[in-house]
Parts: sequence; C-alpha cells; structure tokens
Amino acid sequence: MSTSKTKNSAQASAKHNAEDFLRMYRQMVRIRTFEDNANQLYLSAKMPGLTHMYSGEEAVAVGICEALRVTDKITSTHRGHGHCVAKGAEFKEMFCELLGKEEGYCRGKGGSMHIADQSNGNLGANAIVGGSMGIATGAAFTAKLLGKDDVTVCFFGDGATAQGLMYEVMNMAALWNLPIIYACENNGYSEYTKTAEIAAGSITGRAEAFGIEAHTVDGQDVLAVNSLTEQLVERCRKGEGPFFMELMTYRYHGHHVGDINREYYRSKDEEKDWRENKDPITQFARHLTSEGIATEEELEAMQAEIKADATAAVEYALKAKYPDASEVDMHVYAA
Amino acid sequence: MREITLSQAVNEALAEEMRRDETVFIIGEDVAEAGTPFKVLSGLVEEFGTARVVDTPIAEPGFMGIAVGAAMTGSRPVVDLMFGDFIFLIMDQLCNQAAKTHYMSGGKLSVPLVLRTNLGATRRSAAQHSQSLHALVAHIPGLKVALPSSAYEAKGLMKTAIRDNNPVVIFEDKLMYQEKAGVPDEEYLIPFGVANVKREGTDITLIATSSMVQVAEKAAEILAAEGISAEVIDPRTIVPLDEAALIKSVKKTSRAIVIDEGHQSYGVTSEIASRLNEKAFYHLDAPVLRMGAMDVPVPFSPALEDLTVPTPEGVAANARKLVAGEMLDGEMIHAA
Ligand SMILES: Cc1ncc(C[n+]2csc(CCOP(=O)(O)OP(=O)(O)O)c2C)c(N)n1
Ligand SMILES: [Mg+2]
Repeated sequence: MSTSKTKNSAQASAKHNAEDFLRMYRQMVRIRTFEDNANQLYLSAKMPGLTHMYSGEEAVAVGICEALRVTDKITSTHRGHGHCVAKGAEFKEMFCELLGKEEGYCRGKGGSMHIADQSNGNLGANAIVGGSMGIATGAAFTAKLLGKDDVTVCFFGDGATAQGLMYEVMNMAALWNLPIIYACENNGYSEYTKTAEIAAGSITGRAEAFGIEAHTVDGQDVLAVNSLTEQLVERCRKGEGPFFMELMTYRYHGHHVGDINREYYRSKDEEKDWRENKDPITQFARHLTSEGIATEEELEAMQAEIKADATAAVEYALKAKYPDASEVDMHVYAA
Repeated sequence: MREITLSQAVNEALAEEMRRDETVFIIGEDVAEAGTPFKVLSGLVEEFGTARVVDTPIAEPGFMGIAVGAAMTGSRPVVDLMFGDFIFLIMDQLCNQAAKTHYMSGGKLSVPLVLRTNLGATRRSAAQHSQSLHALVAHIPGLKVALPSSAYEAKGLMKTAIRDNNPVVIFEDKLMYQEKAGVPDEEYLIPFGVANVKREGTDITLIATSSMVQVAEKAAEILAAEGISAEVIDPRTIVPLDEAALIKSVKKTSRAIVIDEGHQSYGVTSEIASRLNEKAFYHLDAPVLRMGAMDVPVPFSPALEDLTVPTPEGVAANARKLVAGEMLDGEMIHAA
C-alpha cells in the first residue's frame, strides 16, 4: 500500500494564486534573512551560546507550514528557527529570545534551542535529538481524543531516525490512525557524519514497516513540498493518518555556527554545488519571474524590505532588557 | 611539571590504557574522526582505528546497551555520552542493567565499563545541555561516580576507572576542557575514595566537588583576606566517598559548607551534610550548609543563568555568617 515516490513542481496543484506563491517566497527569504542576522550576532559575539542555522532548508519548513492552519501543531528541532518563522512567528520576539531578553517568545528562558510559539501552534524546538517525537504524537492524540481536525507535523533530522522513540511512537500512531505527519529533513548529515554511515537501509522503509504511507520529496522545491503536504494534511483531517515524508535537503552552514573548518567531513565543492545549483530561494524566484508572477525588481524590493525588518528587530532586541532576577524561579511549576 | 589541558589529560589516559589493554574500546557519537564536539578524543582513531574508536548513530540507549553486553563478555568499553543531560536516555541500561548485574548474578558476572560524560552550567546552553546529574547515578548502588576537578584528577581517575571491575561514571566539567594543570610525565593513578585537601584551614571546611572546587578555593582567598581560615577539600569520588577525611576536617574546623553543582534538593550536598550531621554533630559550632545549583531548570538568559550556580562571593558570604555565629534563617545567600 505504501509506495515512495518523488514529487516535483509539475505536479503542484494549480489552485495556488500569485498571492500564495509570493507569501511562500517571502517566508523563505525571511528565514534566510533571520539566519544571516543570527549568524552575524554569533560572529560578533553578541549572542550567548551556539545556534544551528536552517539556511538551505527553507523550502521544507515553508512548503509544509504553508499547508497548515494556525491551529495545526508542529514540533521542531535544535535547527528550529526556520520552522518557527514558517509557522508564523515574528522577528522581534525571536531575536529577543536568541539574546535571552524578557520580550522573547520564552521570556529568555529557552533560547535558540527551545524557541516555541504557542500562539501559532509551534510546540517548541528541542535540544534532545528525537526528543519531540513523543510530543508531536501526543498532540495528534489530543486532536483525535477531543474530536478536532487539527494535524500535527513532527520535524526531525535524518540523524534522529536512529532514536528508538521514533519506532515506538510510529507504531502507536499507525495502530491508532493518528493525524500526524512525520517530516524527516534529510540534509545528508548527522552532526559531522554522513547519513549513509549512521542509517542502515532506507529511511522511508522504516515507516512502511508499520504500514505508514511514506513519500520522498525534493526538499529544495517549495511547490513540490507544499502540494504533497496539502494532500497529506487533507487526508489526515479525514482520519487517514499517519504519514511519513522524507525531504531531501542540505544545510549550508556547519552543524552549528561554530563548526567552521568542516572539510574533514564534507567538501567545499559539495557545498558550492548545493548553494549554486539547488538553492530553494533562487529556484523559486526563477519560477516566479518566468511565470510572470513577479518581476526581479519586485522580488528584490521584497528582500530589501525583509532585510530592513530584520535589522530593526535585531537593534530592538540588542537594546531590550534582560528578565528581572526575580524570574529565575518563576515558571518551574504551573499555577 | 608540564601543564596540559583537561581535554589532553583525558585523551592521554585513554591512549595509555588502550595501549596497555587491547580489550579497551571507545564507543559514542562522533568520537572517531571528529574526536567529539569538544575535541577531547582527537587523534585516538588514528592510533587505534575505527574498530576500537567506534562512531555510532544517535542512539544512546542502543550503544549503552551494547557496551553493557560487551563489558559482561570480556571487553572494557569507555562509553562517550556527549552531554550529561543525555543520561536520562540511557537510565535503564545504566541503572537497571549495568548497576545490578554483578549483584543479581551472585557476583558471577561483572560490568567493567566507564561512562564518560560531563556536567556544568553557564555555557548559555539552556536547560537540556547544562545539567549536573551526578547525584542521580550516585543514588544507585552498584555504580561508582568520579568528579575530576582538574586535568590532574581527570587523568588519574580515568585510568583507575578503566581498570575498575564495576561500572564507573565520570562527569567532566565541560567548562574546564581547555584549562591547564600540572600533570606528571610519569604514569600515575588516583585511587577512588581518597579525598584531596586542596588548602588547609582552621575556621571552616569547604567541601567542594568538580566545578565547585575552584569556586571554593576563590572563596577561601576572599575569606583569608578577612582573617578567616578556610580548609578546602575535594572528595574526587562521591561513590565511594572518603567520609573519614571529611569528618576529620570538620572535627578540626567545627563548621562546614558543602558545595556542588547538582540541584540542591535531594542532592550530593544533602547527602554529605547529613553524614557530617550523623558523625560529627557534637564537634559542630554551626549547622552544616548546603550550596547546590538552584532548584530550577537551567535558564538560557545569561541574566538568569548566572544566578543559579554558587559563586565564590556567595560561598564567602555564607561562610562569614557561619563563622560569626549568625543564624542563616530566611534566605540563603546563593550567588552573591
Ligand atoms: C539525544 C541527543 N543525542 C545527541 C545530541 C547531539 N546532537 C545535536 S544535533 C545532532 C545531529 C542531529 O542530526 P539530524 O537529526 O540529522 O539533524 P540536523 O542537525 O542535520 O538538522 C547531534 C548528534 C543531542 N542533542 N541529543
Ligand atoms: Mg541531518
């Protein structure tokens, strides 16, 4: 019953109008711009700790989240800024969180690796690889229990497929037909190791063993990701879940911002090839201009506007105040 | 004496033991070519090969279980757990399997393995990469727990751990990896259960572990300038614990503060304080004070994180009060 197939833009549904396309483009550029600024904050020693950049993988988060409603839930990973932006978060609160400021989404308590945005259904990034798989499946359980048609998307990396938890929850999700989509972002690396060295057999085959329908899709093609997700989300709402997606993608930066000298595990040529030939934003821009949906000038103007937004948000966050000392033992227990 | 970093000291201990005993192997995530994210193991795969420096998928319970089985059958695994926080993932293999096998088999099977991991906050790594969880495993009979406080201890304790026939958990302070200390060229081992008096004193005993040893030493400096003489003792292993040395010191000074980076409640500080209470009560002039990490998940924001860990100023402030005979009713001074 469960076949893996590769989708491409040609199959993208035609119902999208120009507005949808431009919003997807905008969201991808917003993620890239957010990450460029976050990286800069790290390099200039203005950001505490480390962070993991999502640059290069934008079409995955955007293609998926554009197929979701505000009430649908996602769980995110240590590489979570992209998911957060794509699910509707604002720059200001995000940068405040990255800098540990009171106005951050988590009042500065979570930081980059725990950023969450309750208002948009983002249940949070997670610093434990695979740690959100139970949470996501539980969110889908709630939807079913309470008779809601909400869908949950669980984002995780190829490396996380090594975690036993994934198999326990996929089994239950399949047994109970939970409305969840497991979205494996296969960026070819698990930290400093190639996926082939840490994952035996096929990734989609893991889900198929539980009778879960699994798809492989080009994660650099936002329309392909979006149209596949739209179909699966609709079917989840009708009680046909769970589903599994393997999204082939690439991270441009190191594993984290401090991972600068990485030629011992991947070549500069490989990085250059992805950046120059498979960039999700450049590819989509080409599509938009060739289809006459936007001119190059319009796209450039949009980029400039987003850049200005990000700069303003960073400036705001740098000046924003830290949480008061009295917050330190607040929120340990819920009232 | 030459000075090397804590990271180099651990690396040397492993290399020496792997040369001495071919049953010793290392297993964990990105331990081989990458040499771990902290680069502690760099160079080992070049010397010992990938059969003995084994990279795993991100499957902590899996490789921990493999290590337990390997240890029961003639190997001596050194498991590399990238962050101490991940100990929650391997609790069954560590506490239900490794810790109990020798006892449950009536002494016939043993599990000679080392679990190398780390502790320590203030790296701005937030709640899931900053915990100091050694008290959790110290609670389980069958596990030994070592807490090196410098490069010197890290090397000597690691070598002893590898030769021990029990599961030993070593927590390194991740903020100390690049810190240097004197380490002899000649081989040496540090026996378990032998505390180290870092500084002698007569007015108060500061018992400190791991990352908190330096905090206690700095507090002792502050106090010395005010004419208060503090003794600083590092137990080095909390299981086994050199109770006799701690009691001896406290009988001499009649006051004590126990400082440890684990959460304060139900933690290492509570255990040591209560042993002193049981065995040195009539020699005490003041209640034994506990100073652990604040009982909150480690916050990300630097403005909050720094409040959660004992500081030299906080220790000195509390010591001052104890020596003056003032009651510590109300708020304990945490990280003044
Ligand atoms: C349980 C656990 N083990 C190890 C780590 C350290 N770690 C953080 S990210 C990572 C690699 C994750 O790879 P993948 O799932 O492919 O995600 P990617 O970083 O490629 O997005 C590792 C090993 C962790 N955070 N949690
Ligand atoms: Mg990956």
